[in-house]
Amino acid sequence: MVEVAGLRLPAAITRRPRPNPYLRVEDYEPEADAMALNMGPQHPSTHGVLRLKLYLDGEICFKAVPYVGYLHRGVEKLLESRTAVQSVPYVDKNDYVSPLTGELALVMAYEALLDVEPPPRAQVLRTILMELQRIASHHLWLGTFCLDMGGALGGGSSIFLYNFRERELILDVLEELTGQRMHYNALAVGGNRHDVPPGWDVRVRAVLDRIEARLVEYEAMTLENHVFLSRTVGVGVLDPLLALEAGVGGANLRGSGVDHDLRRDAPYAAYGQVDVRIPVETAGDCYARYLVRMAEMREAIRIVRLLLDGIPEGPIGALKPPRNVNAIKLPPGEVYVGIESPRGELGTYVISDGSPTPVRVKIRPPSLHAVSLLPYLCVGATVSDIVIILGSLDPILGEVDR
Amino acid sequence: MSRILDLLGTIWEIGWLRGLVVGFVTLGTVMLIAAFTIWFERKWTGRMQNRPGPTERGYAGWLQIFADFFKLLQKEDLTPTAADRRLFGIVPPIVVFIVLSSLAVVPYVPQGPAADASVGVLFALAISSLMVFPVWTAGWSSNNKWALLGAMRAVAQSISYEIPLVLSALVPVVLAGSFRLTEIVEAQAGWRWFAFWPPGPGLVAFVLFYLATLAEANRIPFDIPEAESELVAGATTEYGGMKFGMFYLGEYVHTFVASSLASLLFFGGWEGPGPDGLHWMLAKALILTGSVVHVRWTLVRYRSDQLLRLCWYYFVPAALVLVFAAGLWRIFVGGVA
Repeated sequence: MVEVAGLRLPAAITRRPRPNPYLRVEDYEPEADAMALNMGPQHPSTHGVLRLKLYLDGEICFKAVPYVGYLHRGVEKLLESRTAVQSVPYVDKNDYVSPLTGELALVMAYEALLDVEPPPRAQVLRTILMELQRIASHHLWLGTFCLDMGGALGGGSSIFLYNFRERELILDVLEELTGQRMHYNALAVGGNRHDVPPGWDVRVRAVLDRIEARLVEYEAMTLENHVFLSRTVGVGVLDPLLALEAGVGGANLRGSGVDHDLRRDAPYAAYGQVDVRIPVETAGDCYARYLVRMAEMREAIRIVRLLLDGIPEGPIGALKPPRNVNAIKLPPGEVYVGIESPRGELGTYVISDGSPTPVRVKIRPPSLHAVSLLPYLCVGATVSDIVIILGSLDPILGEVDR
Repeated sequence: MSRILDLLGTIWEIGWLRGLVVGFVTLGTVMLIAAFTIWFERKWTGRMQNRPGPTERGYAGWLQIFADFFKLLQKEDLTPTAADRRLFGIVPPIVVFIVLSSLAVVPYVPQGPAADASVGVLFALAISSLMVFPVWTAGWSSNNKWALLGAMRAVAQSISYEIPLVLSALVPVVLAGSFRLTEIVEAQAGWRWFAFWPPGPGLVAFVLFYLATLAEANRIPFDIPEAESELVAGATTEYGGMKFGMFYLGEYVHTFVASSLASLLFFGGWEGPGPDGLHWMLAKALILTGSVVHVRWTLVRYRSDQLLRLCWYYFVPAALVLVFAAGLWRIFVGGVA
């Protein structure tokens, strides 16, 4: 390990030759074999409405251009016209696979502006929610990843449905807490919106036990499967320098050997109270990203169990419940807050001039950075591999397009 | 009553009429079996995936296949504007024709099939290898890039896997000394099924035959031409309604016919404990079909270059060695000079 600009990198970095993403199709030899293929925005495995324009030679891609924006909803503009009380539910829809992390990033930015510290109970509950959300998100990722590999009409869909079965358990406990299954609206500026019902921690523990047992089954279906290994090992290799330059985070970064995780390197919420162990793989291929995410699920289970042991007593909000939408007034100033979402560093940048609504809200979605890798990773891969590479990067298009 | 039996006896005496009757009965039965394979697959995978599968129409949803059939019939018959209309339309019936015509030589009862050809094995394999043409035509005439990619993959895969398929089917042919399927079954009489006797080559040949069949019938882990997560639906992307239904039915009939061939070649056909006959043949073919279904919903799929490498590096050499070994057995142990 070597320390570069505060980041721990593997000692020996092999810089892989990078394809030219701006290659002109006319310059490709032999030009006659080139075929342009539009993958998406309506395609079974582009994980939403991503459009990839692939230039193929036979079935080998020599140029890939991602087009984003099909799901643009103007969330940032919406947030700029809403007060701090109103704005939390809007960010739920960005990363709809892990809505709670989006909420936390926004709420923490407003709290930093207001200089409000949530009480310890709220901090611990937030951390538990984040880790439960991480497990749910990785479950959905593993399911869709195998779906890309094995098809909707095959073994892939079996793994997909098994993962949905386990994700369902987490959704159940989150529903018990928040009343919602997808767009929770669980956090508020200064704390949480809901206190845990009695017996909730016991049910969460039961869910975690079941998921931990089932993770072994998934590994049996994948790690001991020659087909799975031959599809993932050595496919879509991302070198750490490119990963850093593209600004990706999460398993995409740690699968390439960069030991960086905001939960440990810049602790927020209650992550300072627990020893967060960060799994790192150095291969940088789809298989390494798979291993990192599987290890992260186990780690998340461990963190939740640790935190459930000592939920502090006390209030769950630092501010009194708002009477109207203008109850929380943002002071002038600007702030950036980054948290570790299941997909990488999810940042929120807020500028306020003291008016009821913020002047500018900018969300830094990790998925956008992951999508920006596609022109590099797809070159030289076949259409089958491109689907796998895209799946292993785990982009959520709601977050990319906002 | 006796007059009807007399009439049936007369029909039985006339060879071509008997072939016609047996052929039609076989066709109808196999198509019905294929339809129920679809129902079985849906129920079975439902159980595998923690869901009930079809439940609404009929007991345990067994009428669902007819509901699906009528739904497909009612659908609008769409042809893309850019497609080659004539070629596009003619492909689905050709697919059904090809998969059904191999049934002419596949016997399900000791009395023989519709046409007990002296080159039965060759005919069945040759007919099924014709499937390359309609699939390629489908991909080309759709004028769709996904369909074209799927068709290209299908051609590469079918042509490659033809070789281990035919070579592994040659092992029982060499052991029995005949291409006629009924004679191959007779050669296995007395529990000397070629999968187990002679020990070794027969079993490996069966495994090769089974895998090559999976590849020929485009089943996971070798369903690369269809690959719905990559190529939308491969060569059949543009097909809808009953045209798609014909491809769909063809796929299941193909699987069942290939399973029947495997049980004839390697598992002694209609031989079994108790009285021999149709029931054993059907049971063996259905078990093999069920295993194809089970494998399909368990594994993920290979990439097309990995698939071809698997074929040319491992399957083809192994099949050649097996044929050689079977020949040696026949000369030195089987007592044929």
